[in-house]
Amino acid sequence: MSAPALLRLEGVTGRRGGRLLFEGLELVLAPGDAAIVTGPNGAGKSSLLRICAGLLRPAAGKVDAGGCALADEHLALDERQRLGDALAFWARLDGADAGPAMAAMGLAHLADVPVRMLSTGQRRRAMLARVAASGAPLWLLDEPANGLDAEGRERLAAAAAAHRAKGGAILAASHQPLGLDGARTLALG
Amino acid sequence: MRALVWRELRQSAAGGAALLPLVFFLLVATLFPFAVGPDGPLLARTGGGALWMAALLAALLPVDRLVEPDRAAGMLDQLALRGVSEEAVALAKLVGHWLSFGPPLMIAALPAAALMRLPQEVLFRLELGLLVGTPGLAALTLGVAALTAGLRRGGALTGLLMLPLAVPLLIFGAGLVERGNQAGALQLLGAVSLLLVAGATFVAGAAIRAGRD
Repeated sequence: MSAPALLRLEGVTGRRGGRLLFEGLELVLAPGDAAIVTGPNGAGKSSLLRICAGLLRPAAGKVDAGGCALADEHLALDERQRLGDALAFWARLDGADAGPAMAAMGLAHLADVPVRMLSTGQRRRAMLARVAASGAPLWLLDEPANGLDAEGRERLAAAAAAHRAKGGAILAASHQPLGLDGARTLALG
Repeated sequence: MRALVWRELRQSAAGGAALLPLVFFLLVATLFPFAVGPDGPLLARTGGGALWMAALLAALLPVDRLVEPDRAAGMLDQLALRGVSEEAVALAKLVGHWLSFGPPLMIAALPAAALMRLPQEVLFRLELGLLVGTPGLAALTLGVAALTAGLRRGGALTGLLMLPLAVPLLIFGAGLVERGNQAGALQLLGAVSLLLVAGATFVAGAAIRAGRD
C-alpha cells in the first residue's frame, strides 16, 4: 500500500426505501485501478455510485473517497447555453480548461451549438467531457456507453486509459463492455 | 460564488423569465382601478396596500423555476461533488434572484403608483418598503421553491406555504405605505425581512440536501 487509495469502501450497505440492495461491500481503488459494477436492473449500481460520490449516505459501513466526478443520467449542463460555455462553467469552478476534454470526446466542432440541440449520443459525450475536464482523480460512470456509437465508445476507452495512466481511478456501472483493461468486476445482486 | 450568482442572473434573463413577475405586477396594478372605480382619493388611500398584494403575488411566480430545474438537471449534485455547500448554493440563488426581482419591481412600482394616483411622499414610502421588503419576499420564494422541488404538482402547494408566511411583510409594508413610519413599521419590516433572508438560506440548504434521497 504505497499510493493512497482514491476510493475505499468498508462494509458498505445500501438501502433504498427500506429495501436492502447490497451488504458489506469491500472495495479499494488505487491510482490506475478500474472496477466495473455489474448486476441486474435495480441491483443498486446507481445507488452505489451515488454513495461513493457522497450524495447518498450508506446504511452502514464507511466510504472514503477523494475528489470525484460523476456521470449519471443527469447532464447537468444549462440547456440554453452553448456547449462550450456550459462546459466552461464547470471547468471554471474546477480551475480547469474544458477544451482538451471536448476535443478528446470529438465535440470541438459543437462548441457553439446550444446544449438543447444535442442528440442523445452527443449529450452523453458532453457529459463524459464534463467528467474528463474536471480533473478529479476518481471517475464514477453510470452506464457511460449508453447512446454512444462505436467511435464514441473508442473515445471513451481512450479517455479512460489516459485517465488511469495519469494516476486516476474509475468505478463504472455498465451492461456493455467498456474496454477498461484489467478492470475488476464487482457483482451486485 | 460569483460564478453562481452570475449563473442565476443569466438563468433569470433567459427567455425573459424575470420579466414575468413584473408584467404580472403591472397587470394587477392596472386592473385594481377597474375594480374599485376611478375614484382618485379612494385609489390613493388603498393603492399602496394593493401594490403590496401585487408584489406578494408576483413573488409567487418564479417558485417553479428557482430550484426544481437545477435539481432535475443534476446541477445541484454536481455542485455538491465540488464541495460547494447547499447553503452557499442557496445564498447564491437568493442574491441572484433578488437582483433580478427586487430592483426591477421597484422600477415597475413607479408606473404602478401613477395608476393608483399615489402622492409623491406615499410613493417614496412604497419604494422604501419595497427596498427593505423584497429581500424577504425573494427569500420566501427561494425557501418554498427548495421545499417543493421534486414534488409533482407542487404548484398548488406553493401558495399555501408561502402566503401565510408573508403576512408580516404585508402588514408592515402596507402599514408603512399608509400611515408612515408609525410605531417603527420600517424597522419591523426590516427585521422580518432579515429574519426571512437568514432563515431561508438554511431552510433551502437543508431542503436541497433532504431532497437528494
